[in-house]
Amino acid sequence: MDPGVLAQYAFNGLMLGVIYAMVAVGFTLFFGVLDVIQFAHGDVVMAGAFVALATYLALHGLGVAVPGLVVIVVACAAALAMALLGALIARYLVLPLRAAPAFNTLLITLMLGSILRELVRLFYPNGSNPQPFPRLLPTASVNLGNFTLRLDTTILLVVGLATIFVVNLVVRRTRLGLAIRAVAQDSETARVMGIDFQRIVLVTFAIGSALAGIAGVVYGLYYNEVNFDIGLLLGVIGFSAAVVGGLGSIYGAIIGGFLFAALQTIGSVALPVSSAYNNVFAFAVVIILMTWKPTGLIAEPTSERV
Amino acid sequence: MQRFLVTACTLAFACVAAMSPTALHAKETVKIVFIGPLTGGNAALGLGGRNSADLAVQLHNADAKAKYTFDMVKLDDQCKPDIGVQVATKAGADNGIIAGVTHYCSAVAIATVDTYHKFGLPVIVWGAVLPAITYGNDYPEIHRVNGTMINQNEVNAKLVTGLGYKTWVIIHDTTDYGKGHDEYFTKFLTQDGGKILADFGVGADQQDFTAILTKVKELNPDVVYFGGLTPIGVRLRSQMDKLGIKSQFEGTSGIVSDSYIQALGPLAEGTIAFIDGAPIDKLPGGKFFLDQYAAHKYGEPPEAYGPYAFVAANLIMDAIEKVGPNRKAVTAELAKTKDHQSIVGPITFDAHGQNVVPIVTAYVVQDGKWVVWGDSDYAKGKRKLAGGK
Repeated sequence: MDPGVLAQYAFNGLMLGVIYAMVAVGFTLFFGVLDVIQFAHGDVVMAGAFVALATYLALHGLGVAVPGLVVIVVACAAALAMALLGALIARYLVLPLRAAPAFNTLLITLMLGSILRELVRLFYPNGSNPQPFPRLLPTASVNLGNFTLRLDTTILLVVGLATIFVVNLVVRRTRLGLAIRAVAQDSETARVMGIDFQRIVLVTFAIGSALAGIAGVVYGLYYNEVNFDIGLLLGVIGFSAAVVGGLGSIYGAIIGGFLFAALQTIGSVALPVSSAYNNVFAFAVVIILMTWKPTGLIAEPTSERV
Repeated sequence: MQRFLVTACTLAFACVAAMSPTALHAKETVKIVFIGPLTGGNAALGLGGRNSADLAVQLHNADAKAKYTFDMVKLDDQCKPDIGVQVATKAGADNGIIAGVTHYCSAVAIATVDTYHKFGLPVIVWGAVLPAITYGNDYPEIHRVNGTMINQNEVNAKLVTGLGYKTWVIIHDTTDYGKGHDEYFTKFLTQDGGKILADFGVGADQQDFTAILTKVKELNPDVVYFGGLTPIGVRLRSQMDKLGIKSQFEGTSGIVSDSYIQALGPLAEGTIAFIDGAPIDKLPGGKFFLDQYAAHKYGEPPEAYGPYAFVAANLIMDAIEKVGPNRKAVTAELAKTKDHQSIVGPITFDAHGQNVVPIVTAYVVQDGKWVVWGDSDYAKGKRKLAGGK
């Protein structure tokens, strides 16, 4: 195969993988600290994209037109709004149900996802239709044979990877991260050691959801179109990626995200069957991987999470 | 005896009570139903259709000579076959509903034909173009005022091969709608000498097409043909640009909507697509329709298929005026439709309930508008499509 084309596949796959990894890291963080699955997480990504879009329209209405500034404000608004939403979800839906079976949390967040979706659909102006997302990044591009390298996509890729890197750094290298890891390992002991359990849970949910908010912005800027129902499939894919990588492990989530993107790309172009089966193929491989390694590719040592 | 008297009195009273509305009001109210995608990615077309059908009802109700007053129930099929069957069942099970103006999405229209047949509810399809909706069954209840994708793709293939394009890649969604377009376009294009380099099916809710489009880029066709609806059309065109694909983009009636242009902005320029019928202002009754539509101040534009929804509603109301609110009688009456004058021209149903007057018009996006091909700068040679054609 032509090296330019191959590079293009790889680059597209990487871009898709970064978005999936950003979503998967959230799932893995939440599972790490509380052993819960927050199934509305995909819809938090969607909500982030819509907050970004609304912020952009507001700025546009106010006449603010400095491109770099607009992108930063828009991304910060989405991240902050989703951090708040994540903390609220943790405080009022997840924490009160700690004593209940994990099944309840799963169901409640699943329903919350539907509510978020319907709220955007009903209350965002013309929310049922695909919404154009503005092109806020420089669109310069270079052609290397069959490979088109676009500046905006490259920026998104770098920003996505950097955000995941920063989150990883926070969890591994800071006092806050130490506290998160302590709670993940053994919440009772962590409490005895003087760690404010509730605060750490809220902060973890805020971090994971802020990441989802940024994922929403990256998604919008990459596809230049957002829709109220994008969260559904993103959530399922992000969750599968987290599980296949090893739920509770950040590296696992990242690997899972890129693996899923690679499978979809292969499913689209390299199989003899119709490209429409790319998701069937990707999920089938995930199922096989899960039966082979039930605890994920990066199996967690029994006690350590996050 | 006493009980008999009580019963008799109650019955008599009930009869009077039941008869009084007709006695008091000169007109009986008859319910008909409109079904289309009122939410979801294709809601713009659904809302345009709903408003247009509603306009027909408003105009009819304002006519003092009419025997009946019509009440239109509006249901949302969300462009999803399962939801479509649910709402079709709801309409069919309501005996007060006499007939329906139904469906823009082919995948939904084909899924619901059995339901309408089962309930004996006569319907007129106002936007779906899959041939099998009328030609795939012998149900007397199913009619259609717009043309089918057969005519559309025949005209399409002739025009684009005539422009000098040689090679195509086909992308279609895997619903019946997309597969139908794929089948007929492939057939006519091959007849006209076009070469198809590859054919991709895509999911109707797929977001990412970069992998497929990278392959398209490698194949480097003159034209990318898309058989599907607006949401995916928008994503494909936008992602083609991201990957630097310079091929001409053409679509079917499924992307002829204002929301296609709104979502894409300048990228929509030069997209070619086809619809059955002529532009609203060039239809025989187009001016009348647009004037009335504007006068009723609807919040959304009528979109491409609005006039057909309008005509379908009128055919139904005219039939009910003639034979009364009875499903069987209305079905029989609609079957006799021949040279019925309407704003889209004369309507004649064949044995399958299909209107046999196919007009197909080619469109191209020029300066943020769908412009009739013949009137465009592209046809006149002032502007060039991709590949300098």
